[in-house]
Amino acid sequence: MSTNNHLIKPEAEKEYNILNLGPTHPATHGIFQNILKMDGEIIMHADPTVGYIHRAFEKIAEHRPYNQITPLTDRLNYCSSPINNMGWHMTVEKLIGCEVPKRADYLRVIIMELSRIADHVICTTIIGQDTGATTGFLYFFQMREKIYEIFEEVCGARLTTNIGRVGGMERDFSEVAWAKLKIFMVEFPKFLKEFQSLIERNRIFMDRTIDCGPITGERALAYGFTGPNLRAAGIDYDVRVANPYSSYQDFDFSIPIGSNGDTYDRFMVRIQEMWESISIIKQAVDKMPKGEFHADVPEFYLPNKEDVYSKMEALIYHFKIVMGEMDVPKGEVYHSVEGGNGELGFYLISDGNRSPFRLHFRRPCFIYYQAYPEMITGGLLSDAILTMSSMNVIAGELDA
Amino acid sequence: MNTTELFDHLSEKLKSQFGDDFIGGEIQYDFPVLIVEKKRIIDVLQFLKNTPELNFNFLTTLCGIHMPENKGAELAVMYQLHNMVENWRIRIKIFMEDGDTKVPSVTSIWPTANWMERQEYDFFGFKFVGHPDLRRILNMDEMNYFPMRKEYPLEDGSRDDKNDKMFGR
Repeated sequence: MSTNNHLIKPEAEKEYNILNLGPTHPATHGIFQNILKMDGEIIMHADPTVGYIHRAFEKIAEHRPYNQITPLTDRLNYCSSPINNMGWHMTVEKLIGCEVPKRADYLRVIIMELSRIADHVICTTIIGQDTGATTGFLYFFQMREKIYEIFEEVCGARLTTNIGRVGGMERDFSEVAWAKLKIFMVEFPKFLKEFQSLIERNRIFMDRTIDCGPITGERALAYGFTGPNLRAAGIDYDVRVANPYSSYQDFDFSIPIGSNGDTYDRFMVRIQEMWESISIIKQAVDKMPKGEFHADVPEFYLPNKEDVYSKMEALIYHFKIVMGEMDVPKGEVYHSVEGGNGELGFYLISDGNRSPFRLHFRRPCFIYYQAYPEMITGGLLSDAILTMSSMNVIAGELDA
Repeated sequence: MNTTELFDHLSEKLKSQFGDDFIGGEIQYDFPVLIVEKKRIIDVLQFLKNTPELNFNFLTTLCGIHMPENKGAELAVMYQLHNMVENWRIRIKIFMEDGDTKVPSVTSIWPTANWMERQEYDFFGFKFVGHPDLRRILNMDEMNYFPMRKEYPLEDGSRDDKNDKMFGR
Protein backbone atom coordinates (compact mmCIF):
# COMPACT_ATOMS: atom_id res chain seq x y z
CA MET A 1 0.00 0.00 0.00
CA SER A 2 2.85 2.37 0.70
CA THR A 3 3.61 2.57 -3.03
CA ASN A 4 0.59 4.82 -3.51
CA ASN A 5 1.54 7.32 -0.83
CA HIS A 6 2.95 9.79 -3.33
CA LEU A 7 -0.60 10.21 -4.73
CA ILE A 8 -2.00 11.65 -1.50
CA LYS A 9 -1.45 15.37 -1.59
CA PRO A 10 -0.50 17.41 1.47
CA GLU A 11 -3.28 19.46 3.05
CA ALA A 12 -2.32 22.77 1.43
CA GLU A 13 -2.37 21.37 -2.14
CA LYS A 14 -5.60 19.44 -1.76
CA GLU A 15 -8.26 19.95 -4.38
CA TYR A 16 -11.89 19.29 -3.64
CA ASN A 17 -14.60 18.20 -6.01
CA ILE A 18 -17.88 20.06 -6.20
CA LEU A 19 -20.77 17.72 -6.74
CA ASN A 20 -24.29 18.84 -7.57
CA LEU A 21 -26.58 16.34 -5.90
CA GLY A 22 -29.86 17.26 -7.51
CA PRO A 23 -32.07 19.24 -8.22
CA THR A 24 -33.48 16.18 -9.95
CA HIS A 25 -31.49 13.21 -8.89
CA PRO A 26 -33.01 9.73 -8.96
CA ALA A 27 -31.74 9.01 -5.46
CA THR A 28 -33.29 12.02 -3.75
CA HIS A 29 -37.04 11.23 -4.10
CA GLY A 30 -38.07 14.78 -4.87
CA ILE A 31 -36.57 18.03 -5.97
CA PHE A 32 -33.74 18.83 -3.60
CA GLN A 33 -30.46 20.38 -4.55
CA ASN A 34 -27.36 19.95 -2.46
CA ILE A 35 -24.07 21.37 -3.56
CA LEU A 36 -21.49 19.12 -1.94
CA LYS A 37 -17.80 19.77 -1.49
CA MET A 38 -16.19 16.37 -1.65
CA ASP A 39 -12.84 15.02 -0.61
CA GLY A 40 -13.00 11.77 -2.50
CA GLU A 41 -16.07 10.05 -1.08
CA ILE A 42 -16.15 12.19 2.06
CA ILE A 43 -18.48 15.18 2.26
CA MET A 44 -16.63 18.24 3.53
CA HIS A 45 -19.40 20.77 3.18
CA ALA A 46 -23.01 20.78 2.03
CA ASP A 47 -25.16 23.65 0.87
CA PRO A 48 -28.84 22.82 0.38
CA THR A 49 -31.09 24.87 -1.87
CA VAL A 50 -34.83 24.60 -1.35
CA GLY A 51 -37.88 26.17 -2.89
CA TYR A 52 -38.10 24.40 -6.24
CA ILE A 53 -41.79 23.67 -5.81
CA HIS A 54 -42.74 26.71 -3.75
CA ARG A 55 -46.39 27.47 -4.48
CA ALA A 56 -46.99 30.37 -2.07
CA PHE A 57 -49.72 28.61 -0.07
CA GLU A 58 -49.57 31.19 2.70
CA LYS A 59 -50.34 33.94 0.18
CA ILE A 60 -53.03 31.95 -1.65
CA ALA A 61 -54.69 31.14 1.68
CA GLU A 62 -55.19 34.86 2.33
CA HIS A 63 -57.44 34.95 -0.72
CA ARG A 64 -59.51 31.80 -0.19
CA PRO A 65 -62.53 31.14 2.00
CA TYR A 66 -61.91 28.77 4.88
CA ASN A 67 -63.25 25.60 3.32
CA GLN A 68 -61.29 26.16 0.13
CA ILE A 69 -57.99 26.07 2.03
CA THR A 70 -58.31 22.34 2.75
CA PRO A 71 -57.12 21.37 -0.76
CA LEU A 72 -54.01 23.49 -0.22
CA THR A 73 -53.16 21.55 2.92
CA ASP A 74 -53.43 18.30 0.91
CA ARG A 75 -50.37 19.36 -0.97
CA LEU A 76 -48.13 19.96 2.01
CA ASN A 77 -47.09 16.47 3.06
CA TYR A 78 -48.79 14.61 0.24
CA CYS A 79 -47.85 11.24 1.70
CA SER A 80 -50.26 11.75 4.60
CA SER A 81 -52.63 14.45 3.39
CA PRO A 82 -55.60 13.43 5.60
CA ILE A 83 -53.63 14.47 8.69
CA ASN A 84 -53.06 17.89 7.17
CA ASN A 85 -56.76 18.18 6.28
CA MET A 86 -57.86 17.25 9.78
CA GLY A 87 -55.33 19.63 11.30
CA TRP A 88 -56.79 22.47 9.29
CA HIS A 89 -60.39 21.55 10.15
CA MET A 90 -59.50 21.42 13.83
CA THR A 91 -57.84 24.82 13.61
CA VAL A 92 -61.01 26.36 12.19
CA GLU A 93 -63.14 24.48 14.73
CA LYS A 94 -61.00 25.91 17.50
CA LEU A 95 -61.46 29.39 16.06
CA ILE A 96 -65.24 29.15 15.80
CA GLY A 97 -65.57 27.19 19.03
CA CYS A 98 -67.20 24.13 17.52
CA GLU A 99 -67.54 20.94 19.54
CA VAL A 100 -67.17 17.83 17.38
CA PRO A 101 -69.15 14.70 18.31
CA LYS A 102 -67.23 11.67 19.56
CA ARG A 103 -68.05 9.57 16.54
CA ALA A 104 -66.51 12.14 14.21
CA ASP A 105 -63.42 12.25 16.44
CA TYR A 106 -63.05 8.49 16.29
CA LEU A 107 -63.58 8.35 12.54
CA ARG A 108 -60.93 11.03 12.20
CA VAL A 109 -58.54 9.07 14.40
CA ILE A 110 -58.95 6.03 12.15
CA ILE A 111 -58.27 8.11 9.05
CA MET A 112 -55.29 9.87 10.61
CA GLU A 113 -53.68 6.68 11.87
CA LEU A 114 -54.19 5.02 8.48
CA SER A 115 -52.43 7.90 6.81
CA ARG A 116 -49.64 7.79 9.39
CA ILE A 117 -49.17 4.15 8.44
CA ALA A 118 -49.15 5.09 4.74
CA ASP A 119 -46.54 7.76 5.43
CA HIS A 120 -44.34 5.40 7.42
CA VAL A 121 -44.75 2.63 4.83
CA ILE A 122 -43.31 4.98 2.22
CA CYS A 123 -40.45 6.09 4.44
CA THR A 124 -39.43 2.68 5.73
CA THR A 125 -39.63 0.95 2.36
CA ILE A 126 -37.58 3.73 0.79
CA ILE A 127 -34.91 3.34 3.46
CA GLY A 128 -34.88 -0.33 2.47
CA GLN A 129 -34.73 0.56 -1.19
CA ASP A 130 -31.79 2.91 -0.67
CA THR A 131 -29.86 0.26 1.21
CA GLY A 132 -30.48 -2.19 -1.62
CA ALA A 133 -33.42 -4.11 -0.17
CA THR A 134 -35.80 -3.73 -3.08
CA THR A 135 -38.14 -6.47 -1.89
CA GLY A 136 -39.72 -4.31 0.78
CA PHE A 137 -40.41 -1.52 -1.65
CA LEU A 138 -42.10 -3.81 -4.13
CA TYR A 139 -43.88 -6.11 -1.70
CA PHE A 140 -44.77 -4.14 1.42
CA PHE A 141 -45.65 -1.06 -0.62
CA GLN A 142 -48.89 -2.66 -1.77
CA MET A 143 -50.23 -2.01 1.73
CA ARG A 144 -50.28 1.67 0.90
CA GLU A 145 -52.54 0.83 -2.02
CA LYS A 146 -54.96 -0.86 0.40
CA ILE A 147 -55.00 2.25 2.58
CA TYR A 148 -55.69 4.45 -0.43
CA GLU A 149 -58.57 2.18 -1.37
CA ILE A 150 -60.10 2.87 2.04
CA PHE A 151 -59.62 6.61 1.55
CA GLU A 152 -61.20 6.31 -1.86
CA GLU A 153 -64.20 4.61 -0.32
CA VAL A 154 -64.55 7.31 2.34
CA CYS A 155 -63.93 10.47 0.33
CA GLY A 156 -63.55 9.54 -3.33
CA ALA A 157 -59.91 10.57 -3.66
CA ARG A 158 -56.67 8.75 -3.05
CA LEU A 159 -53.64 10.99 -2.72
CA THR A 160 -54.87 14.56 -2.30
CA THR A 161 -57.88 13.60 -0.29
CA ASN A 162 -59.62 16.79 0.87
CA ILE A 163 -61.19 14.52 3.46
CA GLY A 164 -63.49 15.66 6.26
CA ARG A 165 -65.17 19.01 6.69
CA VAL A 166 -65.17 21.76 9.27
CA GLY A 167 -67.38 20.21 11.96
CA GLY A 168 -66.75 16.54 11.31
CA MET A 169 -66.63 14.15 8.39
CA GLU A 170 -68.41 14.79 5.11
CA ARG A 171 -70.06 11.36 5.34
CA ASP A 172 -70.01 8.32 7.55
CA PHE A 173 -67.95 5.28 6.57
CA SER A 174 -69.86 3.10 4.14
CA GLU A 175 -70.33 -0.66 4.60
CA VAL A 176 -67.65 -1.24 1.97
CA ALA A 177 -65.23 1.03 3.80
CA TRP A 178 -65.75 -0.86 7.06
CA ALA A 179 -65.27 -4.15 5.22
CA LYS A 180 -62.07 -2.94 3.57
CA LEU A 181 -60.79 -1.66 6.89
CA LYS A 182 -61.54 -5.01 8.48
CA ILE A 183 -59.59 -6.87 5.82
CA PHE A 184 -56.74 -4.38 6.11
CA MET A 185 -56.55 -4.85 9.87
CA VAL A 186 -56.10 -8.59 9.36
CA GLU A 187 -53.69 -8.35 6.44
CA PHE A 188 -51.46 -5.47 7.44
CA PRO A 189 -49.92 -6.90 10.65
CA LYS A 190 -48.82 -9.98 8.68
CA PHE A 191 -47.14 -7.87 6.03
CA LEU A 192 -45.54 -5.58 8.62
CA LYS A 193 -44.23 -8.53 10.60
CA GLU A 194 -42.77 -10.06 7.48
CA PHE A 195 -41.16 -6.80 6.38
CA GLN A 196 -39.80 -6.19 9.86
CA SER A 197 -38.24 -9.63 10.16
CA LEU A 198 -36.80 -9.27 6.66
CA ILE A 199 -34.97 -6.04 7.46
CA GLU A 200 -34.60 -5.32 11.14
CA ARG A 201 -31.87 -7.84 12.05
CA ASN A 202 -30.40 -8.04 8.57
CA ARG A 203 -26.62 -7.83 8.89
CA ILE A 204 -26.17 -5.73 5.73
CA PHE A 205 -28.94 -3.36 6.71
CA MET A 206 -27.59 -2.90 10.21
CA ASP A 207 -24.04 -2.27 9.00
CA ARG A 208 -25.35 0.22 6.53
CA THR A 209 -27.67 2.22 8.81
CA ILE A 210 -26.28 2.12 12.34
CA ASP A 211 -24.31 5.33 12.99
CA CYS A 212 -25.37 6.71 9.65
CA GLY A 213 -26.41 10.37 9.86
CA PRO A 214 -26.72 10.52 13.65
CA ILE A 215 -27.93 13.51 15.66
CA THR A 216 -28.00 13.91 19.43
CA GLY A 217 -31.18 14.76 21.27
CA GLU A 218 -29.82 18.13 22.29
CA ARG A 219 -28.94 19.17 18.73
CA ALA A 220 -32.24 17.80 17.48
CA LEU A 221 -34.12 20.05 19.93
CA ALA A 222 -31.98 23.04 18.98
CA TYR A 223 -32.80 22.38 15.35
CA GLY A 224 -36.52 22.16 16.09
CA PHE A 225 -36.92 18.48 15.26
CA THR A 226 -40.30 16.94 16.01
CA GLY A 227 -41.96 13.66 15.20
CA PRO A 228 -40.22 10.33 14.59
CA ASN A 229 -36.86 12.01 13.93
CA LEU A 230 -36.86 13.67 17.36
CA ARG A 231 -38.08 10.50 19.04
CA ALA A 232 -35.30 8.51 17.36
CA ALA A 233 -32.88 10.86 19.12
CA GLY A 234 -34.39 9.86 22.44
CA ILE A 235 -36.87 12.62 23.25
CA ASP A 236 -40.42 11.45 23.83
CA TYR A 237 -42.37 14.39 22.49
CA ASP A 238 -45.57 13.56 20.66
CA VAL A 239 -48.33 16.10 20.07
CA ARG A 240 -50.95 13.35 20.43
CA VAL A 241 -49.92 12.94 24.06
CA ALA A 242 -48.71 16.44 24.96
CA ASN A 243 -51.77 18.25 23.60
CA PRO A 244 -54.38 15.60 22.83
CA TYR A 245 -56.75 16.52 20.02
CA SER A 246 -59.58 14.59 18.42
CA SER A 247 -60.05 12.38 21.54
CA TYR A 248 -56.55 10.87 21.46
CA GLN A 249 -56.73 10.84 25.26
CA ASP A 250 -59.25 7.98 24.98
CA PHE A 251 -56.72 5.60 23.48
CA ASP A 252 -53.98 3.62 25.08
CA PHE A 253 -50.72 3.70 23.17
CA SER A 254 -47.04 4.15 23.81
CA ILE A 255 -44.46 6.36 22.15
CA PRO A 256 -41.49 4.40 20.79
CA ILE A 257 -38.17 6.18 21.16
CA GLY A 258 -34.66 5.50 19.94
CA SER A 259 -31.33 6.30 21.54
CA ASN A 260 -28.73 7.20 18.91
CA GLY A 261 -30.77 9.28 16.48
CA ASP A 262 -29.22 7.49 13.52
CA THR A 263 -30.87 6.06 10.43
CA TYR A 264 -31.47 2.70 12.08
CA ASP A 265 -33.29 4.33 15.01
CA ARG A 266 -35.38 6.46 12.71
CA PHE A 267 -36.33 3.31 10.80
CA MET A 268 -37.17 1.35 13.94
CA VAL A 269 -39.19 4.18 15.50
CA ARG A 270 -41.35 4.31 12.38
CA ILE A 271 -41.81 0.55 12.36
CA GLN A 272 -42.91 0.59 16.00
CA GLU A 273 -45.21 3.54 15.39
CA MET A 274 -47.01 1.51 12.76
CA TRP A 275 -47.72 -1.16 15.40
CA GLU A 276 -49.01 1.56 17.74
CA SER A 277 -51.18 2.99 14.97
CA ILE A 278 -52.66 -0.45 14.35
CA SER A 279 -53.50 -0.73 18.02
CA ILE A 280 -55.10 2.74 18.04
CA ILE A 281 -57.25 1.88 15.02
CA LYS A 282 -58.33 -1.37 16.71
CA GLN A 283 -59.35 0.50 19.84
CA ALA A 284 -61.19 3.12 17.79
CA VAL A 285 -63.11 0.49 15.84
CA ASP A 286 -64.01 -1.40 19.03
CA LYS A 287 -65.10 1.67 20.95
CA MET A 288 -66.77 3.42 18.01
CA PRO A 289 -69.60 5.49 19.52
CA LYS A 290 -73.00 5.76 17.90
CA GLY A 291 -74.35 9.10 16.86
CA GLU A 292 -73.74 11.92 14.45
CA PHE A 293 -70.62 12.11 12.33
CA HIS A 294 -70.60 15.88 12.23
CA ALA A 295 -71.32 18.77 14.54
CA ASP A 296 -74.40 20.93 14.29
CA VAL A 297 -72.76 23.97 12.69
CA PRO A 298 -75.07 24.89 9.80
CA GLU A 299 -73.01 27.98 8.98
CA PHE A 300 -70.02 25.83 8.08
CA TYR A 301 -71.28 22.35 7.30
CA LEU A 302 -72.98 21.82 3.94
CA PRO A 303 -76.63 20.73 4.41
CA ASN A 304 -78.14 17.65 2.82
CA LYS A 305 -79.01 18.05 -0.82
CA GLU A 306 -82.71 17.17 -0.21
CA ASP A 307 -82.90 19.88 2.42
CA VAL A 308 -81.38 22.41 0.03
CA TYR A 309 -84.22 21.75 -2.39
CA SER A 310 -86.98 21.82 0.21
CA LYS A 311 -85.95 24.10 3.09
CA MET A 312 -85.26 27.81 2.95
CA GLU A 313 -82.57 27.90 5.67
CA ALA A 314 -80.68 25.00 4.13
CA LEU A 315 -80.70 26.76 0.77
CA ILE A 316 -79.36 29.96 2.34
CA TYR A 317 -76.60 28.14 4.20
CA HIS A 318 -75.71 26.10 1.14
CA PHE A 319 -75.37 29.27 -0.91
CA LYS A 320 -73.34 31.07 1.74
CA ILE A 321 -70.94 28.16 2.27
CA VAL A 322 -70.38 27.59 -1.43
CA MET A 323 -69.78 31.29 -1.99
CA GLY A 324 -67.49 31.38 1.03
CA GLU A 325 -69.53 33.93 2.99
CA MET A 326 -69.29 32.59 6.53
CA ASP A 327 -69.15 34.62 9.73
CA VAL A 328 -66.01 33.81 11.67
CA PRO A 329 -64.97 35.45 14.93
CA LYS A 330 -61.90 37.63 15.17
CA GLY A 331 -58.91 36.16 16.90
CA GLU A 332 -55.72 34.27 16.47
CA VAL A 333 -55.37 30.58 17.05
CA TYR A 334 -52.63 27.99 16.83
CA HIS A 335 -53.38 24.33 16.52
CA SER A 336 -50.98 21.52 15.91
CA VAL A 337 -51.32 17.88 15.04
CA GLU A 338 -48.81 15.07 14.96
CA GLY A 339 -48.19 14.71 11.25
CA GLY A 340 -46.25 11.93 9.61
CA ASN A 341 -43.06 13.95 10.09
CA GLY A 342 -43.73 15.84 13.28
CA GLU A 343 -45.64 18.74 14.67
CA LEU A 344 -47.68 20.26 11.88
CA GLY A 345 -48.95 23.60 13.15
CA PHE A 346 -51.45 26.08 11.78
CA TYR A 347 -51.19 29.66 13.01
CA LEU A 348 -54.30 31.48 11.89
CA ILE A 349 -55.21 35.13 12.35
CA SER A 350 -58.79 35.97 11.52
CA ASP A 351 -60.04 39.52 11.18
CA GLY A 352 -63.62 38.36 10.72
CA ASN A 353 -63.50 38.41 6.92
CA ARG A 354 -64.23 35.57 4.53
CA SER A 355 -60.58 34.50 4.27
CA PRO A 356 -57.78 34.36 6.87
CA PHE A 357 -55.85 37.54 7.53
CA ARG A 358 -52.70 35.51 7.94
CA LEU A 359 -52.11 31.79 7.86
CA HIS A 360 -48.75 30.36 8.72
CA PHE A 361 -47.93 26.68 8.44
CA ARG A 362 -45.38 25.22 10.83
CA ARG A 363 -43.99 22.61 8.47
CA PRO A 364 -41.85 20.04 10.27
CA CYS A 365 -39.83 19.12 7.15
CA PHE A 366 -38.82 22.69 6.47
CA ILE A 367 -37.64 23.12 10.01
CA TYR A 368 -35.61 19.94 10.42
CA TYR A 369 -34.14 19.79 6.92
CA GLN A 370 -31.77 22.60 7.86
CA ALA A 371 -29.91 20.15 10.10
CA TYR A 372 -29.14 18.02 7.06
CA PRO A 373 -25.72 19.58 6.23
CA GLU A 374 -24.59 19.07 9.80
CA MET A 375 -25.76 15.46 9.77
CA ILE A 376 -23.97 14.47 6.56
CA THR A 377 -20.73 16.44 6.87
CA GLY A 378 -17.84 14.08 7.41
CA GLY A 379 -19.78 11.09 6.15
CA LEU A 380 -19.89 9.24 2.87
CA LEU A 381 -21.96 10.31 -0.09
CA SER A 382 -23.96 7.09 0.01
CA ASP A 383 -24.79 7.78 3.66
CA ALA A 384 -26.07 11.23 2.72
CA ILE A 385 -28.67 9.65 0.42
CA LEU A 386 -29.74 7.29 3.18
CA THR A 387 -29.90 10.07 5.76
CA MET A 388 -32.20 12.08 3.56
CA SER A 389 -34.61 9.23 2.95
CA SER A 390 -34.64 8.31 6.64
CA MET A 391 -35.47 11.90 7.61
CA ASN A 392 -38.48 11.57 5.29
CA VAL A 393 -38.09 14.98 3.70
CA ILE A 394 -41.17 15.58 1.57
CA ALA A 395 -40.73 18.26 -1.08
CA GLY A 396 -44.30 19.53 -0.85
CA GLU A 397 -44.04 20.19 2.85
CA LEU A 398 -40.53 21.59 2.58
CA ASP A 399 -41.43 24.23 0.04
CA ALA A 400 -45.13 24.83 0.74
CA MET B 1 -50.99 25.64 35.76
CA ASN B 2 -53.75 26.66 33.38
CA THR B 3 -53.46 29.31 30.68
CA THR B 4 -54.64 32.21 32.85
CA GLU B 5 -52.31 31.33 35.71
CA LEU B 6 -49.42 30.90 33.30
CA PHE B 7 -50.19 34.25 31.72
CA ASP B 8 -50.30 36.03 35.10
CA HIS B 9 -47.14 34.30 36.25
CA LEU B 10 -45.17 35.20 33.12
CA SER B 11 -46.47 38.76 33.04
CA GLU B 12 -45.28 39.24 36.59
CA LYS B 13 -41.88 37.73 35.83
CA LEU B 14 -41.33 39.78 32.70
CA LYS B 15 -42.60 42.95 34.39
CA SER B 16 -40.12 42.62 37.23
CA GLN B 17 -37.26 41.69 34.90
CA PHE B 18 -37.81 44.09 32.02
CA GLY B 19 -39.96 46.87 33.49
CA ASP B 20 -41.50 49.06 30.82
CA ASP B 21 -39.97 47.06 27.98
CA PHE B 22 -42.66 44.49 28.67
CA ILE B 23 -45.67 46.11 27.05
CA GLY B 24 -48.50 43.78 27.97
CA GLY B 25 -50.40 40.91 26.57
CA GLU B 26 -53.61 38.99 26.29
CA ILE B 27 -54.90 35.44 26.14
CA GLN B 28 -55.80 34.22 22.68
CA TYR B 29 -57.66 30.92 22.94
CA ASP B 30 -55.24 28.54 24.71
CA PHE B 31 -52.17 30.73 24.27
CA PRO B 32 -50.79 33.47 26.51
CA VAL B 33 -49.61 36.23 24.15
CA LEU B 34 -46.94 38.54 25.54
CA ILE B 35 -45.84 41.72 23.80
CA VAL B 36 -42.36 43.14 24.36
CA GLU B 37 -40.19 45.92 22.96
CA LYS B 38 -38.35 44.92 19.81
CA LYS B 39 -34.92 45.99 21.08
CA ARG B 40 -35.16 43.65 24.10
CA ILE B 41 -36.41 40.55 22.24
CA ILE B 42 -33.09 38.69 22.49
CA ASP B 43 -32.91 39.35 26.24
CA VAL B 44 -36.50 38.28 26.75
CA LEU B 45 -36.11 35.04 24.81
CA GLN B 46 -32.82 34.28 26.53
CA PHE B 47 -34.42 34.96 29.91
CA LEU B 48 -37.34 32.66 29.09
CA LYS B 49 -35.03 29.94 27.85
CA ASN B 50 -32.34 30.08 30.51
CA THR B 51 -34.34 30.67 33.69
CA PRO B 52 -34.57 27.13 35.11
CA GLU B 53 -38.05 27.66 36.47
CA LEU B 54 -39.40 28.78 33.06
CA ASN B 55 -37.26 26.61 30.77
CA PHE B 56 -38.78 27.52 27.40
CA ASN B 57 -36.20 25.49 25.54
CA PHE B 58 -37.96 24.86 22.24
CA LEU B 59 -38.72 27.37 19.50
CA THR B 60 -41.81 25.96 17.82
CA THR B 61 -42.11 28.52 15.07
CA LEU B 62 -41.76 32.17 14.24
CA CYS B 63 -43.53 34.20 11.61
CA GLY B 64 -44.07 37.71 10.41
CA ILE B 65 -47.36 39.58 10.15
CA HIS B 66 -48.13 42.64 8.03
CA MET B 67 -51.03 44.85 9.14
CA PRO B 68 -51.17 47.97 6.93
CA GLU B 69 -54.22 49.25 8.86
CA ASN B 70 -52.37 49.26 12.17
CA LYS B 71 -50.66 52.64 11.78
CA GLY B 72 -47.38 53.03 13.61
CA ALA B 73 -46.96 49.28 14.12
CA GLU B 74 -47.54 47.84 10.69
CA LEU B 75 -45.23 44.88 11.06
CA ALA B 76 -45.00 42.23 13.72
CA VAL B 77 -43.00 39.09 14.38
CA MET B 78 -44.34 36.37 16.62
CA TYR B 79 -42.24 33.70 18.33
CA GLN B 80 -43.84 30.60 19.71
CA LEU B 81 -41.99 28.93 22.57
CA HIS B 82 -42.61 25.60 24.20
CA ASN B 83 -41.58 24.26 27.57
CA MET B 84 -41.78 20.56 26.76
CA VAL B 85 -41.36 19.40 30.35
CA GLU B 86 -44.31 21.32 31.79
CA ASN B 87 -46.04 21.54 28.40
CA TRP B 88 -46.37 25.31 28.52
CA ARG B 89 -46.78 27.11 25.26
CA ILE B 90 -46.53 30.85 24.82
CA ARG B 91 -46.39 33.39 22.04
CA ILE B 92 -44.14 36.44 22.16
CA LYS B 93 -44.82 39.33 19.83
CA ILE B 94 -42.87 42.37 18.78
CA PHE B 95 -44.24 45.25 16.75
CA MET B 96 -42.46 47.78 14.57
CA GLU B 97 -43.06 50.55 12.10
CA ASP B 98 -43.02 49.81 8.41
CA GLY B 99 -39.77 51.64 7.68
CA ASP B 100 -37.91 50.03 10.56
CA THR B 101 -37.58 46.38 9.58
CA LYS B 102 -34.40 45.57 11.48
CA VAL B 103 -35.03 42.74 13.93
CA PRO B 104 -32.40 41.11 16.15
CA SER B 105 -31.80 37.56 14.95
CA VAL B 106 -32.41 34.72 17.39
CA THR B 107 -30.18 32.25 15.52
CA SER B 108 -27.63 32.53 18.35
CA ILE B 109 -30.21 31.08 20.76
CA TRP B 110 -31.78 28.48 18.48
CA PRO B 111 -30.06 27.33 15.25
CA THR B 112 -33.50 26.35 13.98
CA ALA B 113 -34.35 30.04 13.61
CA ASN B 114 -31.97 30.21 10.66
CA TRP B 115 -34.34 29.06 7.94
CA MET B 116 -37.42 30.40 9.68
CA GLU B 117 -35.91 33.89 9.64
CA ARG B 118 -34.78 33.47 6.05
CA GLN B 119 -38.34 32.58 5.13
CA GLU B 120 -39.76 35.64 6.86
CA TYR B 121 -37.12 37.82 5.21
CA ASP B 122 -38.14 36.29 1.90
CA PHE B 123 -41.83 36.94 2.55
CA PHE B 124 -41.83 40.30 4.35
CA GLY B 125 -38.35 41.79 4.07
CA PHE B 126 -37.42 41.74 7.76
CA LYS B 127 -33.69 42.42 8.13
CA PHE B 128 -32.58 40.02 10.82
CA VAL B 129 -29.49 41.61 12.35
CA GLY B 130 -26.87 39.03 13.25
CA HIS B 131 -28.23 36.33 10.94
CA PRO B 132 -25.34 34.31 9.46
CA ASP B 133 -26.76 33.92 5.97
CA LEU B 134 -29.73 36.16 5.23
CA ARG B 135 -30.77 35.24 1.70
CA ARG B 136 -34.08 34.43 0.09
CA ILE B 137 -35.00 30.81 0.61
CA LEU B 138 -38.20 29.83 -1.18
CA ASN B 139 -38.45 32.50 -3.87
CA MET B 140 -35.84 33.16 -6.51
CA ASP B 141 -32.94 35.43 -5.67
CA GLU B 142 -33.80 37.92 -8.43
CA MET B 143 -37.24 38.69 -6.99
CA ASN B 144 -37.51 42.41 -6.29
CA TYR B 145 -40.45 42.54 -3.90
CA PHE B 146 -41.62 40.85 -0.73
CA PRO B 147 -44.69 38.88 -1.77
CA MET B 148 -46.45 38.33 1.57
CA ARG B 149 -46.85 42.04 2.21
CA LYS B 150 -50.46 43.04 1.79
CA GLU B 151 -49.87 45.58 -0.99
CA TYR B 152 -48.79 42.85 -3.41
CA PRO B 153 -51.62 41.12 -5.27
CA LEU B 154 -51.89 37.36 -5.42
CA GLU B 155 -50.76 37.26 -9.01
CA ASP B 156 -47.81 39.17 -10.33
CA GLY B 157 -49.33 42.22 -12.03
CA SER B 158 -46.48 42.52 -14.46
CA ARG B 159 -47.22 39.27 -16.26
CA ASP B 160 -48.14 39.53 -19.92
CA ASP B 161 -48.20 35.83 -20.78
CA LYS B 162 -51.83 35.33 -19.85
CA ASN B 163 -54.74 36.25 -22.06
CA ASP B 164 -57.52 37.23 -19.70
CA LYS B 165 -60.02 38.25 -22.38
CA MET B 166 -61.98 35.00 -22.19
CA PHE B 167 -62.26 34.62 -18.46
CA GLY B 168 -62.73 38.18 -17.32
CA ARG B 169 -60.12 38.16 -14.62
